[in-house]
Amino acid sequence: MIEVDSLTKHFGTKTAVDHLSFSVNKGEVLGFLGPNGAGKSTTMRMITGFFPPTSGDAKVCGISIVDHPAEAKTKIGYLPESAPLYRDMTVIGFLRFCAAIRGLSGSAKKSAVERAIETCSLASVAAQSIDTLSKGYRHRTCLAQALLHDPEVLILDEPTDGLDPNQKHEVRQLIKRLGETKAILFSTHILEEVEAACTRAVIVDRGTIVADGTPAELLAQSGTGSLTDLFRTVTTRDTESA
Amino acid sequence: MSSLTIYKRELGSYFAQPTAYAIIVIFLLLSMGLAFTFGSFIKAGDASLEWSFFFWHPWVFMLLAPAVGMRLWADEQRNGTIELLGTFPLSTRSAIIGKFLAAATVWLVALACTFPIVVTVNYLGSPDNGVILSGYIGSFLVCCSFVAVTMFVSACTRDQVVCLLVSVFVCFLAVVIGYDPVARALDSLVTPPAADVMAATGLWAQVVRGWHQGLAQVVEVATSFGVWNHFASLNRGLFRLQDLVWFGSIILASLLGTSAILSAKRS
Repeated sequence: MIEVDSLTKHFGTKTAVDHLSFSVNKGEVLGFLGPNGAGKSTTMRMITGFFPPTSGDAKVCGISIVDHPAEAKTKIGYLPESAPLYRDMTVIGFLRFCAAIRGLSGSAKKSAVERAIETCSLASVAAQSIDTLSKGYRHRTCLAQALLHDPEVLILDEPTDGLDPNQKHEVRQLIKRLGETKAILFSTHILEEVEAACTRAVIVDRGTIVADGTPAELLAQSGTGSLTDLFRTVTTRDTESA
Repeated sequence: MSSLTIYKRELGSYFAQPTAYAIIVIFLLLSMGLAFTFGSFIKAGDASLEWSFFFWHPWVFMLLAPAVGMRLWADEQRNGTIELLGTFPLSTRSAIIGKFLAAATVWLVALACTFPIVVTVNYLGSPDNGVILSGYIGSFLVCCSFVAVTMFVSACTRDQVVCLLVSVFVCFLAVVIGYDPVARALDSLVTPPAADVMAATGLWAQVVRGWHQGLAQVVEVATSFGVWNHFASLNRGLFRLQDLVWFGSIILASLLGTSAILSAKRS
């Protein structure tokens, strides 16, 4: 469903992503791990069509994001890092707006918005202004936006960042549930999340993949049975890089 | 279609926040205040509104139009919502058009709110309402050009204050540069040198002459960027193709520039 082929992104002289290739199939939840600045968000922004890649291509459901961006974007639901929202809108107003942009109208729009509100448990705040919401609700509102058009591919940039333990658990359960029928790529810093929600994980460092496998394989690879140990051996600390 | 969705959201956002109301009220206070004080609306006894009312509009717009346009892209970039827009299946172009039209609509409402002055002149005298309509169209075009320029600046920065300052400055230049007293002052700067220099044949005289010719051209080009040439004729009820083309090109160039900046920023 997601095929990333030798994706590369340069910012000036800096290489953020260096010939990255991987794929995510239907029914698979791929955890995207790596230290800050490893190129996780940049990769996701390229797959979702926000950044044009310097070279390489990403195909979503077989459609190239470089050659047919508008068509490919209809297949993707995307939760950007830090969950940006139009804060002057109400939750339901925002979701209606997103649904309209996705080309939904009439009863299809209404039922899509209702379904997203239900999936993300937003019913109690639907009429509230986004400005007045707590972080957890804001995050879920942005996640709801990504689910509106029932996309085949979900790309979630740190979906559990800044949530409390209960909310983290709920989002993980949601990802797991959605992953049964979709292809999901999500990035995280929290290594337990890999075991809790992923069917497979890759670790990225300085724009390249340094480890790839199912959670069990990665644990075996670590030698000590701890993902943290593996993470620390295969990635560079920012204090020692450069 | 997606332009319409963006348009509705932006317009809703203007009127859901105090922005639009504040701008409209300040615009009405300023435009009416200036008409009744410096414009000597009552004393002039002129029902055409050309000097008493419309004359002040570019001056007011240069301050207020940037206030309407500054958030259009700066806000999206600061809040990160540009990432949502960029990953929705819609073209940057339709987002730009939707946003521009929403800001223009705020100004349409503001201008419409000045209707009492039209009613008043019709009650007090018998103006040519065609000329008044043309004055309104001129005003609206000036305003749309300023909004478009602001939108371009707004795409360049994520800081609304910087955007406001730069846009006000650019609009100020456009208003001042073609304004009669300023244009005359600039003209006098480039008056041809004294007759003896003109007659002289030495190298120095040639340099002075060349310098003045160059300067005169610069002034001419700069003055043609001012709004007055184009605004004044509409204000007198004169529809000239060149004015419409001028306003149209400023708006189009700004919108295309916005699109170019937004794509350049991502790559």
